Amino acid sequence: MRVNFTVNGREQRADDVWEGESLLYVLRERLGLPGSKNACEQGECGSCTVRLDGVPVCSCLVAAGQVEGREVLTVEGLAEYAGNRAAGGGASVPGAATGEAGAGAARPGTAPHPGGSGELSPVQQAFIDAGAVQCGFCTPGLLVAADELLERVPSPSDADIREALSGNLCRCTGYEKILDAVRLAAARQEETV
Amino acid sequence: MPTTGTPTSLSQGSRTRGGIGESTLRPDGTLKVTGEFAYSSDMWHEDMLWGHTLRSTVAHAEIRSIDIAEALATPGVHAVLTYDDLPAPVKNYGLEIQDTPVLAHGKVRHHGEPVALVAADHPETARRAAAKIRVDYAELPVVTDEASATAPGAPLVHEGRGDHHSGHVPHPNIVHRQPIVRGDAGEAAARADVIVSGDYVFGMQDQAFLGPESGLAVPAEDGGVDLYVATQWLHSDLRQIAPVLGLPEEKIRMTLSGVGGAFGGREDLSMQIHGCLLALRTGKPVKMVYNRFESFFGHVHRHPAKLWYEHGATRDGRITHMRCRIVLDGGAYASSSPAVVGNAASLSAGPYAIDHVDIEALALYTNNPPCGAMRGFGAVQACFAYEAQMDRLAAALDMDPVEFRQLNAMEQGTLMPTGQPVDSPAPVAELLRRVKARPLPPEQQWLVAGEEADVRALPGGLSNTTHGEGVVRGVGYAVGIKNVGFSEGFDDYSTARVRLEVIAGEPVAVVHTAMAEVGQGGVTVHAQIARTELGVAQVTIQPADTRVGSAGSTSASRQTYVTGGAVKHACEAVREKVLERGRRLFGTYHPAWATAELLLEGGKVVTDAGEVLADLADVLGDEAVELELEWRHRPTEAFDLRTGQGHGHVQYSFAAHRAVVEVDTELGLVKVIELAVAQDVGKALNPLSVEGQIQGGTTQGLGIAVMEEILIDPVTAKVRNPSFTDYLIPTILDTPTIPIDVLELADDHAPYGLRGIGEAPTLSSTPAVLAAIRNATGLELNRTPVRPEHLTGT
Repeated sequence: MRVNFTVNGREQRADDVWEGESLLYVLRERLGLPGSKNACEQGECGSCTVRLDGVPVCSCLVAAGQVEGREVLTVEGLAEYAGNRAAGGGASVPGAATGEAGAGAARPGTAPHPGGSGELSPVQQAFIDAGAVQCGFCTPGLLVAADELLERVPSPSDADIREALSGNLCRCTGYEKILDAVRLAAARQEETV
Repeated sequence: MPTTGTPTSLSQGSRTRGGIGESTLRPDGTLKVTGEFAYSSDMWHEDMLWGHTLRSTVAHAEIRSIDIAEALATPGVHAVLTYDDLPAPVKNYGLEIQDTPVLAHGKVRHHGEPVALVAADHPETARRAAAKIRVDYAELPVVTDEASATAPGAPLVHEGRGDHHSGHVPHPNIVHRQPIVRGDAGEAAARADVIVSGDYVFGMQDQAFLGPESGLAVPAEDGGVDLYVATQWLHSDLRQIAPVLGLPEEKIRMTLSGVGGAFGGREDLSMQIHGCLLALRTGKPVKMVYNRFESFFGHVHRHPAKLWYEHGATRDGRITHMRCRIVLDGGAYASSSPAVVGNAASLSAGPYAIDHVDIEALALYTNNPPCGAMRGFGAVQACFAYEAQMDRLAAALDMDPVEFRQLNAMEQGTLMPTGQPVDSPAPVAELLRRVKARPLPPEQQWLVAGEEADVRALPGGLSNTTHGEGVVRGVGYAVGIKNVGFSEGFDDYSTARVRLEVIAGEPVAVVHTAMAEVGQGGVTVHAQIARTELGVAQVTIQPADTRVGSAGSTSASRQTYVTGGAVKHACEAVREKVLERGRRLFGTYHPAWATAELLLEGGKVVTDAGEVLADLADVLGDEAVELELEWRHRPTEAFDLRTGQGHGHVQYSFAAHRAVVEVDTELGLVKVIELAVAQDVGKALNPLSVEGQIQGGTTQGLGIAVMEEILIDPVTAKVRNPSFTDYLIPTILDTPTIPIDVLELADDHAPYGLRGIGEAPTLSSTPAVLAAIRNATGLELNRTPVRPEHLTGT
C-alpha cells in the first residue's frame, strides 16, 4: 500500500508498504530516518517515541497505515520544531520550511536529514551538557518525550519529570543525569522567556 | 553506493584546556541527540538482504532432520544455511573454550540455540521463511542444576571434553572449579564465639542493553568480508570468526558500529559469523538485527548462583574465618564461565581481612541458557551473600552493622584469600563512614507540603495502592570489592596509534584505537589524555576497527586503565619524537632545548618553568609524527588449581552503598527512596562520566535486587520471560536519587593513579537494598531478586 503523511513538516510518501509494517519501520527503513530506535517492539521501552499529531506515541505500536494524512515529529526534526516554537510558532508542527525533501519514497540512506539546521533544541543541548547521554540508544525517544513535557509543563517538578519519562527505559545512566538535563532545559527555557 | 551508517571520525576542539580531570563533553554527543549517530542497527547498503536466525524451540534434543526446502522456495529468499553449509573444518567458536557450534550439529543444548539461517529481501520474509524450516527434534532429558548435572548417570552436556579445564574438574558437567585455601578455617572456627551460616540464591540477570544485537556484513571483491558490528572487543571477535569462515584474519575487516550499551552481553559473538556466512554465500550485503525477544536468546546472561557461606567471629567483633561454596550455573556453553569462577572464588571474602578461609567456586554445564560476562562478573553474586552474612554476624554480636564491617575492613597491605597483598589504597572503612554520615531523607517523604500524599513517591506508585498505610522504612548498608582488568595471567594489553600533525595551521592529535565505545565515554577520555599529553586543543578520534592493534575488551572496568594507558604511552612517545625534532631544528637558538624539562602545552613547546621555546606548528611543519604502540599493565599469574594461591589480580575497586527503602508490607511492594554511594576512583579523569558510571551501575544493582530475573522453567529449561513486558528493568520511577561521594586516592601503579570504576557500584547496590528491606520487614530474605510474595508470605 501507499502511505502519505507528514514527517517533520515535510510531505512524505512511502510505497509498497506491507500492511504489517509499523510506523517505526517505515521511518527507519523506507524514509531514511533511523533516529527513532527499535529496542523492544512492544511499546515497553520508549526508544521509538515520536509525536503523532502532537501526542507522544511508541512508533513501533503504530501501524504504518494509521498515519495516513497525519503529522509525525521525530528526533530528526526536534531542533527545528523547538526553534519554531520558541520563535512564536506555538506548538504546531512546522510547515514545509525548506521544500519537499522526500517527494516519492525516499531511498533509505539517500534522504537528507530534514531539519538539520545545526542548532540544537534546548533539551538536546541540555542532554549533552548534563551527561545524560551514554550509549545514547534511548536518547532520541527520551528527547521527544522530554520536549513534549517541557512544552506542556514549562517548570516541571521532579515527580512530573519522572512520570512523563516513565515510559522510556535507559540502561546506562540510572536516570539521574536525565533528570538533571530536563531540569537544566527547563531552567534555560525560563531564562529565555 | 557506499555503505551508509559507516562510522566517521569524531573531532573535538576545546576552548578550555580540556585535559584529564575536566568534565569535557562527549565528542559523539551531538550526533547522539540529533539521531544521526549510526548504531549497528542503522547500517544500510544498497541491495542488502536481511538475515534471520532460526533458534531451537526446545532445550535439549537430538536433531533428527532439518527440512529447508519450503523455506528456500519462498519468494524473496536468497539463502538458507544449516550446519552442513559451514565452509571450514572449524565449526565451533568460544571465548576460552571452543565449545559453541556456529549452527547446531545433531543436537541442541539450550532453548534458543541457533539452528539455521535465512537471508531474504525483507526482514518479514526472512522471518516467515525461517518458520517454514522443519526441524525434527527428539527431546533429551535436561540437566538444570547441580543435583541433576552431577547425579549418577546424568546426561553429559558435552561428551568427550578435551578442553584445558576438563582434566581437573570433578565431573564433566562442571566447566571449571577453583578452590582457595588459606590458613586453617577449621581451627579458627573453634575459636569463634558466634558462627552464622546461610544459603543464598542469586537470580539470572540480563544485561538488557537497549540496542539489540545487529550488524552488517558486506562481501568484498577479494573473497573476504567487511563487518560492521556492535561488540565489546573487535579482535576477540575476529579471532573467533576467521577460523569458521575459513578465511585469514586480514580478509575480515571489522569496524565498530554504534553500540547501544553492552554490560558484558556483547563479549560473546552473536550475529557476527552468521551475517558473514550469509553475505559470503549470497554475494550480497546482509544485515541482521535481533528483536528484543531474540536478544534474550542472542547473548549470555549473568550466572545465577547458589551460595553457602559460614563466618565466625569472636565476641569483640573480629571475623575468625570464612567458608563458602559458590555454585554458578554456566548453562550450555562455557563462554567466560572459567574466569567468572576465578573471580567468584578470589573475591568471595569481600573487602575484609580474613586470615582463615576455605573456599570453593565452580560453574556447571547445564541445559539452561549460557551465562557469561555481566558487569561485576562473579563478584556480584558473592557480594550479595557475604554482605548478608555481615549483617547477620553483626546482629549475632549485637553490634552496629557498619561498625562491625569497619572493624574487619581490609586496608592497604591486607592479604587476599589468594595470598596477594592489596598494594594500593583500600579505603573500605572510610567509604562506609561516608555513606553512613550522610543525612537520611525525610520521613514520610511522600507527603507534599505536609498534606496530601503524592502516590508517585510511595510503593505502588501511580497504581495508588497506599497513601502511607502499612508502609515501613528500612536502611541497609553494603560494601564490595571488584578486580579491575583481566586476571589470572592473561596478557591484558592494549594498542594505540597516535599522530600529531598540523592541519590548517593548528596542531591536531589523531587517536586511533580498537577500543569499543559502548557508551562508557572512552572516546571522551582518549581526547582528554591526548590534550593533556600533547598540549593540543583539537583531537580527532578515529573509528575503532581492526586496522589497528587490539585494545582488549571493553569490560572488567579496564578500558580507561588499559587503553587509556596505551593512549597515554603513545602520546608520550610521540611527544618525545616531536621534542627530538625540535631540538634538531631549533636547539641552537635556546640553551633550554638541551637543559630543561620540556612540555607541550597550549600548542607550544614550553619549559617546565613555563618559558615558550617554539610553536608546535613550527616544530612539526609539514611532517606528521605517528606511532602505534602496545601497552601492558603489571603482569598477573594464575591461581593454583588446588590452593587458589597466586597474584592473580591487577587492581581492586571499592564502592559502598546505603539504601533507604519503604515497603508496603501488606502488598509486598518496595520503593527505594535513596541509594547513596561512595566510591574510590583513584583519579576521576572525567568527573561527569564517573558519576554516570556510578549511577548506572548502582541502578543495575537495584534491578537485580527487586525486579530483574530471567525465569527458566525447571522442567523444560525453557526461558519464560524473554521480553521487556515480562523481564522488568528499572524505569525512572523505580530509580531513586543516587547521591555520590567520590574519593580520589591514587593507585601509583596505574596511569594518572586512576582506578577502573564501572563495575564496583553494581556489587554493593544489591545487598544494600536487600539489607534495607530486611531492616524494614524483619524477614530473612536469602534470595534476590525479592518479589512481593517473599515479603507477604503469600
